[in-house]
Amino acid sequence: MNRLASRLPAMVEQYQQEILTEWVKLQLEAGTWRAGRLQESQLRDESQRFLTLLVNNIQKGVQFDTRSAQWADIRDFLAELSRSRATQGFSPSQVATFVFSLKQPIFARLRANLLDEPEVLADASWETTLLLDSMGLYTTEVYQQARESVIARQQEELIELSTPVVELWPGILALPLIGTLDSERTQVVMETLLERLVATGSSIAVIDITGVPTVDTLVAQHLLKTVSAAQLMGADCIISGIRPQIAQTIVHLGIDLSAVATKASLSDAFALALKRRGLSVISSSAARG
Amino acid sequence: MDRVPILRLGDCLLVTVQVDMHDELAMTLQDDLTNKIVATKARGVLIDISALEMVDSFIGRMLGNIAGMSRILDAQTVVVGMQPAVAITLVELGLSLPGIRTALNVDAGLALLRNVLDRSDESSHVD
Amino acid sequence: MSIEPTTLPVRSGEDVVKVRQAVRTLAMDLGFSLVDQTKVITAASELARNTLTYGGGGECRIERLNQGPKRAGVRLTFEDRGPGITNLDLALTDGYTTGNGLGLGLNGARKLSHEFDIWSQPGVGTRVTITRWK
Repeated sequence: MNRLASRLPAMVEQYQQEILTEWVKLQLEAGTWRAGRLQESQLRDESQRFLTLLVNNIQKGVQFDTRSAQWADIRDFLAELSRSRATQGFSPSQVATFVFSLKQPIFARLRANLLDEPEVLADASWETTLLLDSMGLYTTEVYQQARESVIARQQEELIELSTPVVELWPGILALPLIGTLDSERTQVVMETLLERLVATGSSIAVIDITGVPTVDTLVAQHLLKTVSAAQLMGADCIISGIRPQIAQTIVHLGIDLSAVATKASLSDAFALALKRRGLSVISSSAARG
Repeated sequence: MDRVPILRLGDCLLVTVQVDMHDELAMTLQDDLTNKIVATKARGVLIDISALEMVDSFIGRMLGNIAGMSRILDAQTVVVGMQPAVAITLVELGLSLPGIRTALNVDAGLALLRNVLDRSDESSHVD
Repeated sequence: MSIEPTTLPVRSGEDVVKVRQAVRTLAMDLGFSLVDQTKVITAASELARNTLTYGGGGECRIERLNQGPKRAGVRLTFEDRGPGITNLDLALTDGYTTGNGLGLGLNGARKLSHEFDIWSQPGVGTRVTITRWK
């Protein structure tokens, strides 16, 4: 592990107050702090807490390492700061600037005090750069992870939202599919539909593909798998909403949909489903005669 | 030794598979069930597999065997309650349980059996 | 929590059930979805039964794979000192069986896995390794 051998720890501790004042001033000028999003008092408070942690940790004489237990408190502080700023809408560079802007006040103190010892000054400057760079990069890493997890959650939510299974009639479910079907989405669609079949005790499901832009071999296979799984469970599927171009594509690709009942429109499929359930729709005026 | 319980519901038998099936248990079930079909003159067999966490080719074969044996003894078999995850896995595995009727639950299975039995009675009258 | 890797014997029908249960426990612990759990235990069941029926018994090694937070997986190795497989290509064909199964064992397990590896030598034994990622 890299040791901090220079005069850096002593300097930072000695001039802690001056460094803090200058650092906060720099940040306010640089615009990393933005009115409305972050209170000036909060920025002061965060800067103060970070510097205190830094002074405490730096005394242990060990270089920053995200995996090291010695730096755990500073790492957690930076992670929390990065995450909260990511959700507040700050850019990654604005978040990293929080750490990087600390360089200038520290360098100023080092230069003022170590002017007569150029080698010591160079060592201390290098260590400061290493220390603050790795911390700044760490905030960027956390920022990215935070954004990725937000995106992943939104994707999941989108998949769930886009697969609504609706009950058309007691015992008849419909699944209106919209958008492209890939394997991941198909798995969710399959599971959702099959679980709803069990939950509602429905023996017929209409899968409507009016909103599916293209049907290639893969999509067709996914659909057929859903139909087969439903059949194994004791339910029948009807595929509806097959547009003329899609019918042509299916035949040209040589996809065999003969094992499944297919209908052009959702209403045709619904009529077939009612018939299979032994139900029929009659006009009430005709019934009254 | 464990045994899979077989219940009588009118002229049907209900088999609820609740434990993890292994070879010996499956063999015993086939023996017990064929004996019971003959003894009770059952016309239908419902096998409830809703408690099964998976169906592999061994259990698939066992279900097929039971359906085949029952058919010879003039009883119709319906497998009910397959879990969605099990069905998805079977499709992925390429297993389609040919010749086995399925229904979502015991109620639907009984209704299906009634239907099948009524039709087979009608056709035998015509003969 | 059990300590992986674990090696379990595959010598009886009840051992097959125990292998399935151990695989399910691990898959649940790794956060596999219900469908993925079912797929991996079904593959385990097929292979364990092969080891028992054709290999005359053997053992199963269950490993937890952790390659970063997003890449967790289950690796299963089934090994026996049975007669081995003379024609691997034929054994991997759907519907082919020398026993009384549906002939889906090996190829079924392959379809349910992300990685599949088989080694067999007539007179020495057979080793099948499968991996399923989360």
